[in-house]
Amino acid sequence: MDDDTSAGVERRRLEDAPVRVVSARASLPTRLRNLASRRELLTSLITSDIRIKYKGSALGLFWSMLSPALTLATYYMVFSLFLKNGIPNFVIYLFCGLIVWNMFQTAVSSATGVIVDRAGLVKKVSFPREILALANVGASVIYFVIQLCVLGIFLLIVGHEPAWGFIWILPISFAALYLFTASVAIVMSAVTVYLRDMRHLMDVLLQLWFWLTPVVYSYEHSLAASLHKYHLATLYFMNPITLIVLTFQRIFYVNTSVLSTLDHTTVIKTLPTWPMSTYFYMNLGLLGIMIVLFLVAVTIFGRLEGNFESEL
Amino acid sequence: MTTVIDVESVSKQFKIHHERHQSLKERLLHPRSGTTELFDALSDVNFKVSDGETVGILGRNGSGKSTLLKCICGVLQPTSGEIRLRGSLAALLELGAGFQHELSGRDNVYLYGAMLGFSRKMIDGIFDDVVAFSELDHFIDTQVKFYSSGMYVRLAFAVAVNVNPDILVVDEVLAVGDERFQAKCIDRIRSFQQEGRSILLVTHNADTVRAICDRAIVLNDGQMIADGTVQESLRIFREYLLGTSVEHDHVGTQANVTIDAVTTPTGSFEVRNGAGMHFDVDISSETGFSGNFMMEVFTRSGLLVSRSDAQGSPVNLTPGHNRVGVDLAQLPLLDGVYDVNVGIVAHQGNTVIAWREKAASIQVIYDGREGGIVELGPTVRQQ
Repeated sequence: MDDDTSAGVERRRLEDAPVRVVSARASLPTRLRNLASRRELLTSLITSDIRIKYKGSALGLFWSMLSPALTLATYYMVFSLFLKNGIPNFVIYLFCGLIVWNMFQTAVSSATGVIVDRAGLVKKVSFPREILALANVGASVIYFVIQLCVLGIFLLIVGHEPAWGFIWILPISFAALYLFTASVAIVMSAVTVYLRDMRHLMDVLLQLWFWLTPVVYSYEHSLAASLHKYHLATLYFMNPITLIVLTFQRIFYVNTSVLSTLDHTTVIKTLPTWPMSTYFYMNLGLLGIMIVLFLVAVTIFGRLEGNFESEL
Repeated sequence: MTTVIDVESVSKQFKIHHERHQSLKERLLHPRSGTTELFDALSDVNFKVSDGETVGILGRNGSGKSTLLKCICGVLQPTSGEIRLRGSLAALLELGAGFQHELSGRDNVYLYGAMLGFSRKMIDGIFDDVVAFSELDHFIDTQVKFYSSGMYVRLAFAVAVNVNPDILVVDEVLAVGDERFQAKCIDRIRSFQQEGRSILLVTHNADTVRAICDRAIVLNDGQMIADGTVQESLRIFREYLLGTSVEHDHVGTQANVTIDAVTTPTGSFEVRNGAGMHFDVDISSETGFSGNFMMEVFTRSGLLVSRSDAQGSPVNLTPGHNRVGVDLAQLPLLDGVYDVNVGIVAHQGNTVIAWREKAASIQVIYDGREGGIVELGPTVRQQ
């Protein structure tokens, strides 16, 4: 290569090159721009995370399905066969809720300690640190997609038809789920640097949270009446996962009310009987709130990030 | 000339915890216990680096060198001030910091490249060069956890220099690897310089700075005390080393030694190649002191020609004026000007008591046709 010309090209390019600024506090737009410019790193981290997790295991990614499958089987046995909650096609009902919950739970519990665990990297290599938490969220998105495919195949086999009319709400609902998961993961990963207990606390909180979400029980069937009586329904819906789970159930499980399998006379209301527009507007509203929440999470992370060095 | 690094009044404070309460229980039980102290790692540092410049950062341990580099790389955010960067930057703060032990060398090259901010496509393009440079062809598909530390470092360095960044930031990493690999790294840094890229280098080693830097910055306790030519900065660096080592090593009062002048009997520093040379060093000392005399000879381009044995020439200084005579029998140097640094060091260790950079310049005159620095005068016989 001709040295002179390449040096000339180099110099011209440098003059045009954008100026990056390292300063005490990056503004939110700058943080977001930095995040967006490192998508490639995010993909690299996600693939390497997954590869490391299943390195040397014969079944590989199959394990990522085995654990949810076992949970599904357990809950099915307990609630449908032993406790007889009366929800027909309970496996499908359960499956819809579990894939949503699994995505949230795996991402949050793995992201909580990620910055502490990778202190060596955080202290030596420069990149937007949120990416570490987002990589964990990304990996759980991949497991989510796999599980969603399994659900699809399962529905096909048993000949259960989803509510096609509602299916376009799915992306909105999923976007809200992603943003909520990412926000919690980002904030928790930073807080854990200062409070190492957060990891254990989060494990406990996630268990409690699971039971506050209508995954293994039906909101309409078991809770709605009593919650309305004490005006606690709004509080219950403050849990963003609830609406997302209900939407997924409405799309894939479909039946809002069915005859009881026990005596075939009582009608069990399994899901809220809202019209499509209600689902749409509620999910859209949730998405809006989640976008704001995500921005808040990135801002909080930015504040906490400044002192990582002296805490890690 | 484009400014590629612009450091503007950058300060960095660290909180130092004397009692760490990181668990929730401890935080609740001792809400205010554990004193934190603010420590100024950097205070009001200003400098600019233009493209094509190689700048060395000198300083003792804890002087803020690494903090400054970390701020420039964006690993740390300064408490105040800002740093503006232009062009791509690859940093080697710790070789292989981004490596994942479970992954193969190949996967790590891609991951590390992504961390440095380069696309997969770009890494595809330079992958073969990286492997060739690191000399790890047989091991590239082996998990990195089975690498020796030398292999590890070679791979990391190979990635960082082959991504062809506009700015390369290097922290003390040249001290790793065997001599041959070190030479290779220096070669690569030189070709970087020829391509007009900028390099920022942190080191303790004055020789490295002299050999590759155009300019040097000296940091002391977080403050920039010098920014100038390599010679000038090294002089200041040595003086500070000296100034503080007096305090720390309790050489105390006996250390008030200064080198006043270097003279020759004829007053001329011109010497013929192969001839002998004598010069006198005038030293004044406040108290009696016994140490070692030391000298260094450099070419004008900063290459170290010779450094005398630090333990080899004991001198006993008496209070007041002293004169040390130095004889160089048969100077084997070739044509050129050589700078001489002289100093007094303590008997034990390498504590510098007094030092004078460029105390004299020797002009060597050579009539022969040999080229280079040293006359070897080979005798060639056909057999």
